[in-house]
Amino acid sequence: MSEMNHNSKSKLHGIWALTNRELKKWYKEPVLFLLTMIQPILWMGLLGKSMNISALIPTDIPGLNSKTIMEQTFGTSDYFSFMAVGMVGMTALFTTMFSGMSIVWDRRLGFLNKVLSTPVSRAVIIFSKVLSAALRSMFQTGIIIIIAVAFGLQLGTSFTLLNILAVFAIMFLLCVGLSSLFIALTIRSTRMETPMAVMNLINLPMMFASNAFYPAKLMPDWLQTVVNVNPLSYTNDAVRQLLIVNTVDYAQLALDFTYVGIFAAIVATIGIVLSWRYLSR
Amino acid sequence: MSEEVIKAEGLTKVFNKHLTAVDHVNFSVKQGEIFGFLGPNGAGKTTTINMLITVLKPTEGKASVLGFDIAKQDNDVRNVIGLVPQEYTADEDLTGLENVFLCSDLYGIPRKIAKERAMDLLKLVELTDFKDKKVQTYSGGMRRRLELACGLINRPKVLFLDEPTLGLDVQTRTASWDYIRKLKKEFGMTLFMTTHYLEEADALCDRVAIIDHGKIVVVGSPEELKRNLGGDLITLAIKENEDVSGLIQKVEHVKEVRKEDGAYRIKAELGELTTPFIIEALRKKGYTVTRLSLTEPTLNEVYLEYTGRSMRDAEESREANFSRRITMRRARGG
Repeated sequence: MSEMNHNSKSKLHGIWALTNRELKKWYKEPVLFLLTMIQPILWMGLLGKSMNISALIPTDIPGLNSKTIMEQTFGTSDYFSFMAVGMVGMTALFTTMFSGMSIVWDRRLGFLNKVLSTPVSRAVIIFSKVLSAALRSMFQTGIIIIIAVAFGLQLGTSFTLLNILAVFAIMFLLCVGLSSLFIALTIRSTRMETPMAVMNLINLPMMFASNAFYPAKLMPDWLQTVVNVNPLSYTNDAVRQLLIVNTVDYAQLALDFTYVGIFAAIVATIGIVLSWRYLSR
Repeated sequence: MSEEVIKAEGLTKVFNKHLTAVDHVNFSVKQGEIFGFLGPNGAGKTTTINMLITVLKPTEGKASVLGFDIAKQDNDVRNVIGLVPQEYTADEDLTGLENVFLCSDLYGIPRKIAKERAMDLLKLVELTDFKDKKVQTYSGGMRRRLELACGLINRPKVLFLDEPTLGLDVQTRTASWDYIRKLKKEFGMTLFMTTHYLEEADALCDRVAIIDHGKIVVVGSPEELKRNLGGDLITLAIKENEDVSGLIQKVEHVKEVRKEDGAYRIKAELGELTTPFIIEALRKKGYTVTRLSLTEPTLNEVYLEYTGRSMRDAEESREANFSRRITMRRARGG
């Protein structure tokens, strides 16, 4: 080791600088931020409000209670509340996808080479991308929840402010997993088109083959199998339990957290190992 | 510390198992010199630089920077080098100063020290007045200077410059050379640069390696290389309609005489000293010289001599092409 190696330097130096570089582009451009928020709000406002599912249930048949049926199906008497939570997961899906794309840009603009020539650890380069995507998504989660409440989201009776922290925790885990996945997919690319196509191919089924818009238990069996391995379903379920459900199923909630946690750990490990290999070609 | 700051032995890079970008290259760079890799785009210059700065791993052979092996001691190498990339890597949305700070964070330099250095460097590249302006408002020359400042934030012992004036207009290019010389003098660094501008290699480099199809064809100082071509070119014509080739040939230092289109093309060493003697010899025999010109060979002739053709760009990867286009566009302030 040389004397020029600053001993005070930790293995993680540069992580905040690189993360902040990503975040700065975003919080310094409020217009860009607003644009990314328009989509989930439109989905929520238009799809969530137009699909007035409780109106399907006839009210003039004795013994048929619309409220009970809705609660049995969606866990809440209001479809809008159900799908607003789905929007949280969907936003995370798209935000993390763009974090995957940003590494392609860094490569093409020469910034990646510049960073690779500095003593910043390869793992830090990847992790800063993951971290910035996770922080962004968590911020968007907060905004979406606030807007959803303003639009009429009905919070569950067991809701406390502490639940919000748990929502952020599971969103963090999901985003770490998803952005590691997308980065692993794009790390070798020198062009935008291929990863863009691949990610669109992943995103759409991941969104619909989950319980984001519709409860899994009403889906055909084969689809349920897919939904039940999709980490997005577990996240949606956890967020619903934490926000809108009246009686929380703690065993299921624990399973949700464990599943998403394991997903994040495995995919992040794979992502970082792969990236490490491709960053030192 | 050894006098050889960079040493490459049989350095080779093969992409996708069949595309040999750099082919068993040997060279060494001495302490304190500006060493230039000259060649057309796609000749393997950037690949060589990327191996030396530890971004790419060599397929074969080895190289060291200040005694550190680029493959085995990559982190030690990274601590002592600086890079001024071909591309404009500064973030458009950040100010000049914020960009320099970003670079300093990548080296883990404490903010207090970084602040002092940043101010000094920005002053050196004359960007002090613009330090709080967003980079998107900078001109091509200013962006280049900012990249220089960023590359120097860790006080590197060796600075790598990849096509440092790509896309700049002639005036800005000449000014950039002054900055590079000034910074080299200020910090006493060793510089390794690549360029495909012949006049840039001639003006800046102490020694030049001409690289073609991944191989080094010749290494030497620009003067040496030009001298080795066999001297200067003298062109003259006389009033009389006689062949005086034999007479000129006898003058000392004249190496070759050819008569072309009524004029004599003379290759001679030390042209400016030999020319008067040629005129003298012709006069003595009663001939009148009507026209005379003396040209020194440029690196262009050197390049032609060693590669057998003028400098032309080789085929390149899509990626390299794209980044060059972006650089050129930004250089013009786009």
